[in-house]
Amino acid sequence: MPGPIQSIQRAAEVLKLLAHGGAHQLSVGEISRALDLAKPTVHGILRTLQEVGFVEQEVEGGKYRLGAALFQIGTSYLDGNELRAKALNWSDTLAMRAREAVRIGVMHGKHVLVVHHVFRPDNSRQALDTGALLPWHATALGKVLVAFGEWPDGELQRFTRHTLGADELSGQLDFVRDRDWAYDLHELVEGEASIAAPIRDKRGVVVGAVGISGPVERLCESPDQPPRLELVSYVREAARSVSRELGGLSW
Amino acid sequence: MSYIAAIDQGTTSSRCIVFDQSGGIVSVAQREHRQIFPKPGLVEHDATEIWTNVRAVVRDALAKASLTHADIAAFGITNQRETTVVWDRQTGEPVHNAIVWQDTRTDAVIKQLGDPDRFRERSGLPLATYFSGPKLRWLLDNVEGLRARAERGEVLFGTMDTWLIWNLTGRHVTDVTNASRTMLMNLETLDWDPELVSAMDVPLAMLPEIRSSSEVYGTYEGVPVASALGDQQAALFGQTCFAPGEGKCTYGTGAFLLLNTGDRPVRSQNGLLTTVGYQIGDEPAAYALEGAVAVTGALVQWFRDKVGLISSAAEIETLARTVDDNGGAYFVPAFSGLFAPHWRSDARGVIAGLTGYISRGHLARAVLEASAWQTKEVVDAMNADSGVDLTTLRVDGGMTANNLLMQFLSDVLDVPVVRPIVAETTCLGAAYAAGLAVGYWPSIEALKANWHKAAEWEPSMEPAARDKGYRKWKKAVERTVGWMDEDDD
Repeated sequence: MPGPIQSIQRAAEVLKLLAHGGAHQLSVGEISRALDLAKPTVHGILRTLQEVGFVEQEVEGGKYRLGAALFQIGTSYLDGNELRAKALNWSDTLAMRAREAVRIGVMHGKHVLVVHHVFRPDNSRQALDTGALLPWHATALGKVLVAFGEWPDGELQRFTRHTLGADELSGQLDFVRDRDWAYDLHELVEGEASIAAPIRDKRGVVVGAVGISGPVERLCESPDQPPRLELVSYVREAARSVSRELGGLSW
Repeated sequence: MSYIAAIDQGTTSSRCIVFDQSGGIVSVAQREHRQIFPKPGLVEHDATEIWTNVRAVVRDALAKASLTHADIAAFGITNQRETTVVWDRQTGEPVHNAIVWQDTRTDAVIKQLGDPDRFRERSGLPLATYFSGPKLRWLLDNVEGLRARAERGEVLFGTMDTWLIWNLTGRHVTDVTNASRTMLMNLETLDWDPELVSAMDVPLAMLPEIRSSSEVYGTYEGVPVASALGDQQAALFGQTCFAPGEGKCTYGTGAFLLLNTGDRPVRSQNGLLTTVGYQIGDEPAAYALEGAVAVTGALVQWFRDKVGLISSAAEIETLARTVDDNGGAYFVPAFSGLFAPHWRSDARGVIAGLTGYISRGHLARAVLEASAWQTKEVVDAMNADSGVDLTTLRVDGGMTANNLLMQFLSDVLDVPVVRPIVAETTCLGAAYAAGLAVGYWPSIEALKANWHKAAEWEPSMEPAARDKGYRKWKKAVERTVGWMDEDDD
């Protein structure tokens, strides 16, 4: 059996870099520095990838980003707009049952990107925060995404005295994998809590998380207790319904 | 615990959604049916296929939630409007494919009938290919022997509500909202108008009985079938727009803005339709003004299926966000003419402002922006007719998942755009009307308490940019009219 083919390995590195680079658009120079490869080598790889549609440029000589052909192959990439469209009914129903705000998140670099937000159904004034970034380690959404994904590099900022450090988090993520849901208690904002569960695609890969957040008094029996099981069941049911919509669960 | 099941017989698919008492969705099932295009401008559906799909989605929706018919308090029906089918009373076989609302084959019939406004006073509608009466007339003129059979009472006419209720319960009825789209019903009497029926030359014997939108028409598998509303009226009901001055815009294949005008029909001076909003049992009917835009979501579907630059409708937002603006491109999707407020059947689509700079991202923007500009034209007309400026736009339908479009809509209208917590207002409206009829919900006040804001977009566009954009849009619209010639099919 032949050994690994170097140029394919390098092309994969380039694609990974474009997929995880926060800006999603990189120049030849940036890629060559990040991967420690000569510019002509990177340029050659990019031109080949561009021919097959795996990368594209907005303008000739501009930065590169992932191409549409790559998205259509059906890797773990799921368009956030697609996820929102598929989740619309079930996130609405969750907000109505739980009487709390609902958010759907996906990992975006080191943060949780909010791809969908449903207001708390009390007709109070609320601002839409679709497109906002949340810290993964202090939110239930982020814990779910990291428990079933990769632990991102970087500092774990302390937001309150309850924000968890790496050791505690690592233990809690085992729990999350075990129970298939996560929560945060005063960890991002004192007095607030959140609950989330994973959304899976048709291969069972976690592609997002759906959850609710609100004041601890409403989400928990008492300020230092885990969330109410009734709310947890609503969140998990919504996650299962969205997963079904994505073909991730059979009936 | 019991539930209400809403059947939504739409243009591209049939769905069944089961709701609980809070208006929350318990399960959804959907099946698409074939779009039959025999020639440019002609659109047909196989009514038998649709009836098979409706039975299947009811079965699937119940099965998904582990429910049986015994758990269902009532079925509600909402449907694509104006789509016309004629069938044999004995065999239940359609005599021809259903002629879909978008179909423009009645162009000649319409021209022959003369002054576009001659039926407006009685029916609330301008003469246009859109409505059922002319489609029925076309069938009578073109299906061999049909007129004679109709006069002998052997065949029945219906819009899709009537077709489904007849198949579900055996009764030949329609509701006031669907009847108001035939161009055969008198808006004041809410009954078939002898003058309209005779002008359209349609045998009265084949027309269904007109009933209210919310009452028990019959039963299917022991469950009352208790509502029928045209899809847009159902969305008005689902958005709980029960007071005069309340309105909504639904974004689906097309976009439809309806404004409740209370118990009196308001005649439009600005190209809008006057229609029945709903009628609950024996109560007086509520009327509505309607602005119809033929192509909104259909343009995104076209971009997906015919141009192939995206593989799902939601991806258009991703593509549109690769650029900051439309690059100067405007897309007027007058695929089957312009609807409200222009009503020009001789118009066809245009992409204006093309330069070498325009990329597919710009085109994706122009596709989305077309929905917003078309809405603005209708809102302007509605403000003029009602004398009151719209202060908030309530929206619903699948396209409300598109944040870029919703923000742009708020920007060009310069009012907040609000989505309620159940975006499926069409089904919800049918469920509400059916639930009211069987006492599942006690009153319309109880329904209003279920309405909650799920999202709100605030305007943030500079007035100068809005004015310039609208000016360019109007110039693009001017370029669509008069395209069709006598010798075009």
